[in-house]
Amino acid sequence: MGPADVPSLPRGVRRHFDRVRDTPVLLGPERVLMLDQIGCAVLDHVDGQASIDQISDTLAGLYDAEKSEIMADVIAYLGDLADKRLLDVRT
Amino acid sequence: MTNAPLAMLAELTHRCPLACPYCSNPQELTAKDRELSTEQWADIFEQAAGLGVLQLHLSGGEPASRRDIVELVAAARDAGLYTNLITSGIGLTPRRLQALEDAGLDHIQLSVQGVNARIADRIGGYKGGFDRKMHVADHIAQMGFPLTLNAVMHRENLDDLEATIEMAVRLGARRIEVACVQFQGWALSNRAALQPSRDQVDEAKRIVRAATERLRGTLVIDFVPPDYYSDFPKACMNGWGSTGVNITPDGTVLPCHAAETIPGLTFARVTEQPLRDVWYDSPAFNAYRGTDWLPDLCQSCERRDIDFGGCRCQAMAVLGDPSATDPVCRKSPGRAALDALLVQEVSTVDVPDFIYRRL
Repeated sequence: MGPADVPSLPRGVRRHFDRVRDTPVLLGPERVLMLDQIGCAVLDHVDGQASIDQISDTLAGLYDAEKSEIMADVIAYLGDLADKRLLDVRT
Repeated sequence: MTNAPLAMLAELTHRCPLACPYCSNPQELTAKDRELSTEQWADIFEQAAGLGVLQLHLSGGEPASRRDIVELVAAARDAGLYTNLITSGIGLTPRRLQALEDAGLDHIQLSVQGVNARIADRIGGYKGGFDRKMHVADHIAQMGFPLTLNAVMHRENLDDLEATIEMAVRLGARRIEVACVQFQGWALSNRAALQPSRDQVDEAKRIVRAATERLRGTLVIDFVPPDYYSDFPKACMNGWGSTGVNITPDGTVLPCHAAETIPGLTFARVTEQPLRDVWYDSPAFNAYRGTDWLPDLCQSCERRDIDFGGCRCQAMAVLGDPSATDPVCRKSPGRAALDALLVQEVSTVDVPDFIYRRL
């Protein structure tokens, strides 16, 4: 996954708020991922339009952090979701 | 502390056009006149969501044999559940698939019995089934429905594993479950006919490893190994009464689909008792919950919190003792009984005919 790639949640993968456990989750086929603050922050900006570069830029501004560090985290997080087929990536 | 369940398997009906000899349904099947109504299922879905269930698997039998399957999907989505249809595909016309999509169905899990009509129709016991399934699969792909293939593998089709994985890619599936048959339900009666050889199992593991690497980002492969060839037991149901709950066609609430094979346990029906009470307080759900009940062998084992002693139904089936360590475990005195079965069944020259599942 590179800076120009555009991630999106495919059909069949969606966010949900688990009221019983009081936590946001990502639901997919046979998968329930509890989302922490970082996961939510990244996925908030995954809209099928923004590139990895743009998402990292936005998050770096929001959290007042180095963009290069943010981008490494974003790629690691989203790359893992893509390997699990919970994320589509348009190159 | 007891956790809330994450997943529910709803066996909507035991009716099915197929007759697979490894069916996970119990030997004593439930007739149509005892099936729950649409309203009863809708109430169960609401209760499940309130209890903490996030994922609902609509299964059977063949869930599409229910005339109200579209209403049931709508009810599940209304309850807020991630809704998966586990189906043979038989009975899913394009019009019905469209209605399921409109009702909010999240995902389809399609079973495959084989990679061509000859073997698939033999396993399913249903002539023409393979061709009908492929039509349905093409339509599912055209609609862009998220798809998982579920391939139950055994002696007769394990050598087709590579072609099975190729089929999943060709049909646009994102995921395939390569599920080596587990010997419960009807499969237990057909064990000698279904048990793969060690060579087949070793080759299958090699193929899965290579394909997992090759198809990373294209296809996820979830592999369920044949546990008679394993050294340690599976973490069956991730622990009894820890994660999942099954509902049978007449509303009986089970910790797993084979739990009724264990004598001495009484299972409540959700038509008579709230699901929450059954999950947290019923003696059957508490019988093997956690690790306190485990035999000394497991209590002192470093794998205690990894496999929770394995599968209760397997301990029952092979050793006649549901409280024993799963006989798959190398440390278990019961392993000898399992090995004896394996030697006897794999080396037999006269492989028995299938006993097909019939209602």
